Amino acid sequence: MAQMTMIEAIREAHDVAMAADDRVVVFGEDVGFFGGVFRCTAGLQEKYGKSRCFDAPINESGIVGTAIGMAAYGLKPVIEIQFADYVYPAYDQIVSEAARLRHRSNADFTCPIVIRMPTGGGIFGGQTHSQSPEALFTHVSGLKVAMPSNPHDAKGLLLAAIADPDPVIFFEPKRLYNGPFDGHHDKPVESWKNHPLGDVPDGDTIVPLGKAAIRREGADVTVLAYGTMVYVAEAAAKETGVDAEVIDLRSLLPLDLEAITESVRKTGRCVIVHEATRTSGFGAELMSLVQETCFYHLEAPVIRVTGWDTPYPHAQEWEYFPGPGRVGEALKKVMED
Amino acid sequence: MTNDISPLSLNVPEPGCRPGTTPDFSDFEIPRAGAVARPPVDVDPDTIRDMAFSIVRVLNKEGEAVGDWAGALGPDELRHGLRHMQLLRTFDARMLNAQRQGKTSFYMQHLGEEAVSCAFSRALQPGDMNFPTYRQAGLLIASGYPMVTMMNQIYSNAEDPLHGRQLPIMYSSKEHGFFTISGNLGTQFVQSVGWAMASAISGDTKISAGWIGDGSTAENDFHAAMVFASTYKAPVVLNIVNNQWAISTFQGIARGGVGTFAARGHGFGIASVRVDGNDYLAVHAVAKWACERARRGHGPTLIEHVTYRAGGHSTSDDPSAYRSRREAAAWPLGDPIERLKQHLITIGEWSEDRHKQAEAEVLDTVVAAQKQAEAVGTLTAGKTPSPRDMFEGVYETMPPHLIRQRQEAGF
Repeated sequence: MAQMTMIEAIREAHDVAMAADDRVVVFGEDVGFFGGVFRCTAGLQEKYGKSRCFDAPINESGIVGTAIGMAAYGLKPVIEIQFADYVYPAYDQIVSEAARLRHRSNADFTCPIVIRMPTGGGIFGGQTHSQSPEALFTHVSGLKVAMPSNPHDAKGLLLAAIADPDPVIFFEPKRLYNGPFDGHHDKPVESWKNHPLGDVPDGDTIVPLGKAAIRREGADVTVLAYGTMVYVAEAAAKETGVDAEVIDLRSLLPLDLEAITESVRKTGRCVIVHEATRTSGFGAELMSLVQETCFYHLEAPVIRVTGWDTPYPHAQEWEYFPGPGRVGEALKKVMED
Repeated sequence: MTNDISPLSLNVPEPGCRPGTTPDFSDFEIPRAGAVARPPVDVDPDTIRDMAFSIVRVLNKEGEAVGDWAGALGPDELRHGLRHMQLLRTFDARMLNAQRQGKTSFYMQHLGEEAVSCAFSRALQPGDMNFPTYRQAGLLIASGYPMVTMMNQIYSNAEDPLHGRQLPIMYSSKEHGFFTISGNLGTQFVQSVGWAMASAISGDTKISAGWIGDGSTAENDFHAAMVFASTYKAPVVLNIVNNQWAISTFQGIARGGVGTFAARGHGFGIASVRVDGNDYLAVHAVAKWACERARRGHGPTLIEHVTYRAGGHSTSDDPSAYRSRREAAAWPLGDPIERLKQHLITIGEWSEDRHKQAEAEVLDTVVAAQKQAEAVGTLTAGKTPSPRDMFEGVYETMPPHLIRQRQEAGF
């Protein structure tokens, strides 16, 4: 075990996978010599050579499209889109190609690629450095979607994604790269160095896709969260005194429906939180599933606390970001019904 | 503001000919056969820039093979080539008819473009990979893929290798170096570059071939493919099949003011060549040259195959609504089958009688395959793929939500 930031854990996952398997290749914009704008691939080119880790032209469709071709050849590309906000030029390649390759060719060709992208707000990133586009990918059959919330899971989930035979969209909440963040932007930033989830196992460690984790056990209400919102939910529970059970979904597709159902049937209440905009966001799917599977156990309407249905603003960062205040209000409200 | 500026107007290119007018290809410059020299395979792309504005041609009007690019194929190989093109044309005609009879939902023919995929296929080696569009079935036919399997796919019957999941003609065969076809245009062009990069990363000697039509060169992935191919010197042959038409849109809408599609390669530093797409010998010779360049590590080549889409875009298209019915007959590069036939006769290796006999044999072969496929089933009759199968293969292992949906659907 070693204490790491999420960045170091992600870098380490690459290192472990590249050392174990020559077929793992890593590329993206500024990923090679420089080691990535967030340092997630630092040192990999020096260690594994330019044919295993290299810089790519600024063309997201080209990055994903060539990775699909490499996967068809038999490699396992782990590629980076510099910000999730810039994945849209590659959307055709991801949706029409990567997600469909196995099905449409009856497994004649498969697409074991991992597409990493920093996501989420809370960093004054404005419109194009803050988005959370996960719902655009959970809607696509053939993709898997994961989002870690800590260094331990980041390494284990990324290694699971690399080992997975299907394409995985891997969202990294950049707000959590250096330390946990509970939405209290006026308080000093914590570091992963003293956090229990900053303790990352050595070597090849797997956190399986499709398995949620309970971050805080509780009896009153189930909070479904992922990424940065896990810490916001924990803070909101602490500050309101509501005994909330906070579930970190970790994988959105496939989803750990069993863990969700078990918890909501126990608590009878559910609050869903995500940074992404509300309408047709992933929260809508979670809400539907909770309604379908837990209807007779529900004692109150399910509440969503999300980003507003607006582009992510700059100056209004903390009015947009669903912080502990708004989540706390939802926890109190759901308990009143 | 001065008064000498007139109002601006938008330039929207128009084809030379519309329904009811006389086809005119007088602007279309055709160099004589043998006029373009064959450079060495390690040529510096900068020194062959004129090749993107000329056309490599081997067969002259008399049916003789002339110039540097001639002589790569012997009579037996040419007779094979003729047979492949005949098979493809007959297959097309039968499948077009099968669609009209309601045995399948959809078909797309290759009429007039048979030389492009059939001749190119013979320049590749086992293990190489094509990333075709929906109009290169000659790659399958010339590499020996069973015709009955192609028909099973078109009929979506119980022996369809793709289990009825794909629209007709969207074949896939890794074994035959034929990447799974997608309905989304241009996507496979950049994937072919990635496959070639993977071969280079792995220290392999295999190469790939990307395919795109004239219309789809306007897609963003065309640009992406050119950038990546150039940057990484990927061992790939990038083929543009310029058949003059993208459904109803003439090639000038995609080409804009640029002289040729091949000329696009210059900006990327990619060796770029135009070839007579209706000249089996020229297509094969240029393909062989480009494949050798790629395999020897000299980098990518862009080939513009100049041809003409003689048939409708698909079974859902009526070209007489946007172009002259007489345009195909007026196309100056003629018909690829007729031209190869004439060449073989000219060199004393073929005759009208043998040709007629070959046509009859080809028809028998295709009809036999069709009977075999139809005995299994068609889209509307006989044995069809299990509905249970549509849930399979979305992922390697079926996730819980799909298992639930499959049960909900009753399978």
